Amino acid sequence: MTIEVRGVTKTFGRFTALDGVSLLVHTGDLVALLGPSGSGKTTLLRIIAGLEIPDPGEGSVLFEDKDAPDAGSPRVGFVFQHYALFRHMTVFDNVAFGLRVLRRRVRPPRVEIRRRVEELLALVQLEGLAGRFPSQLSGGQRQRVALARALAIQPKVLLLDEPFGALDAKVRQELRRWLKGLHHRIQLTSVFVTHDQEEAMELADRIVVMNAGRIEQQGTPDEVFHRPATEFVVNFLGQVNLFHGRVEAGKAHFGNMAVEWPAWGNPEGPVRVFVRPHDFDLDLLASRRPSFRAKVERIHSAGPVVKLQVLADSGERVDVEIDQDRFKSLRIVSGSQVYVSPKEIKVFFEDYSI
Amino acid sequence: MTMAPDVGGERRISRSIAEPALVRWILILVGLGFLGVFIILPLAAVFAQAFEKGIGPYLEALREPDTVSAIKLTLIAAGIAVPLNLAFGIAAAWAIAKFEFRGKSILVALIDLPFAVSPVIAGLIYVLVFGLQGWLGPWLAERGIRVIFALPGIVLATVFVTFPFVARELIPQMESLGNEEEEAARILGANGWQTFLRVTLPNIKWSLLYGIILSNARAMGEFGAVSVVSGHVRGETNTLTLHVEVLYNEYNFVGAFAAASLLCLLALVTLAAKAIVEWKLRAEVRAKAERSR
Repeated sequence: MTIEVRGVTKTFGRFTALDGVSLLVHTGDLVALLGPSGSGKTTLLRIIAGLEIPDPGEGSVLFEDKDAPDAGSPRVGFVFQHYALFRHMTVFDNVAFGLRVLRRRVRPPRVEIRRRVEELLALVQLEGLAGRFPSQLSGGQRQRVALARALAIQPKVLLLDEPFGALDAKVRQELRRWLKGLHHRIQLTSVFVTHDQEEAMELADRIVVMNAGRIEQQGTPDEVFHRPATEFVVNFLGQVNLFHGRVEAGKAHFGNMAVEWPAWGNPEGPVRVFVRPHDFDLDLLASRRPSFRAKVERIHSAGPVVKLQVLADSGERVDVEIDQDRFKSLRIVSGSQVYVSPKEIKVFFEDYSI
Repeated sequence: MTMAPDVGGERRISRSIAEPALVRWILILVGLGFLGVFIILPLAAVFAQAFEKGIGPYLEALREPDTVSAIKLTLIAAGIAVPLNLAFGIAAAWAIAKFEFRGKSILVALIDLPFAVSPVIAGLIYVLVFGLQGWLGPWLAERGIRVIFALPGIVLATVFVTFPFVARELIPQMESLGNEEEEAARILGANGWQTFLRVTLPNIKWSLLYGIILSNARAMGEFGAVSVVSGHVRGETNTLTLHVEVLYNEYNFVGAFAAASLLCLLALVTLAAKAIVEWKLRAEVRAKAERSR
């Protein structure tokens, strides 16, 4: 089942939640809609689900199934952010709901419903809890009931709104891995909303980065992270250092250095240069690589990487991350003088900035 | 150390705020005395008067044709007004709690209007609109439809005064429930009716029942508004409350108090039902609190 969103605009009063958004989700994809709050990602998900409709005449959502071209509107599974379980029904009745409200002609017999619900509860590892009420479950268990309920109608499309937002870190990890496995096992087309870039990177095949009602960039996690299309994407996907500089004659000049920056057409002019903390290397002596001199101000060595804050001679404060081995071999202490050289930079011309 | 008698541990008054025994007893006596003089004594008086000449005359009074017809009229009026307001109350609460629209605050204010207006004025409004000298009166009279001094007028007045009860009970609860469960039901394929019956109704049932009980008590007990539109035609347009007045004015004390005792019984039943529903509501709130922990 492919999902095609065509030029959808949605306004709430004077607020434009979506501004001409187009998106194509292929069969079997696991897509993350990533963005800050208010970026329109949940609205887009709700429009795909049919819970909201686009502004009149402003776009449409098309579903296409190669195996069943005339199937009409598809069955969509939706997992709500706060699960929206039916509070007065048991876990069993929650999961069975979608089957029991089917028209008599297509509704499976009771025995079949019971079998299907039990199968789903086994799938989400909640066999023993069929008789419980939602209020008697933990957050992670409610989440899985919501999933089982959404899957009961055998949807071709599964939509999840901040699926792990309300869970603690450890449960979140487990459920993420489990969901990814499930997605590949039952061949769904899935779209989920998140504001957590780490979650998007880990779970999704494709990431759609949204900002202010528009799509900034879409691509694989690798593409989005390593080849960000806009400044917003660079800024949103993790910590980053910003320098103001110029591009001249195939070199980017910033922070008292010049870095090779060959580009098609050799544009020139003022630029903003972004460097991620882990894209810097540190040395005690100046090497042939372009670098700037700085003084180490602070060191946080707890964790898998060592985070340093250095003060460049030009007066800018820069965040740097290096791995523990490198840190130990350099024997840096607070106050040391170091040379900082960028390994990878992202350059955006001021004119094109947002 | 002396052993304090076990009082079940239900209520323990902290020593620091406990008053001397004398003060406590005085407070309790004042409270009970007030309750006795203003509530229990009158209630007892109603029944005492009703049974003054024994149970025979009491039943006789209730079997009197005019009284029977008043009882019937009251039941009919409440039987029409309560379901009407039930339907309206659910619809209005749904609209107010689940949708945003222009003029919402005006609708909310209008729902409260019957609480703010004196019932007599409410009755007069209908006389002005539907009465023979009213706006629609002549048009209706030509077609032989009587509203004022007839059942339709009584029903209209009753609907007006009981209008807010159901909606008022439902709005806060529906607002706190939000839309998500209904959306989930819809996306799982339920149609509007299934969503209402299987998801919304079970969630609001106790508030709804509470609204119905209050609405019914008011519908059967209303005097002012109904008095204006009824015309006091004995055996025809006298409701139970109006009939009590008529009998009393005719010095038929046994009859008046026998009819009044029925209204008192209704009050007692209402109170009991209200207590049960409140208890159920509290249990639900407690469950909700546990859930959010």
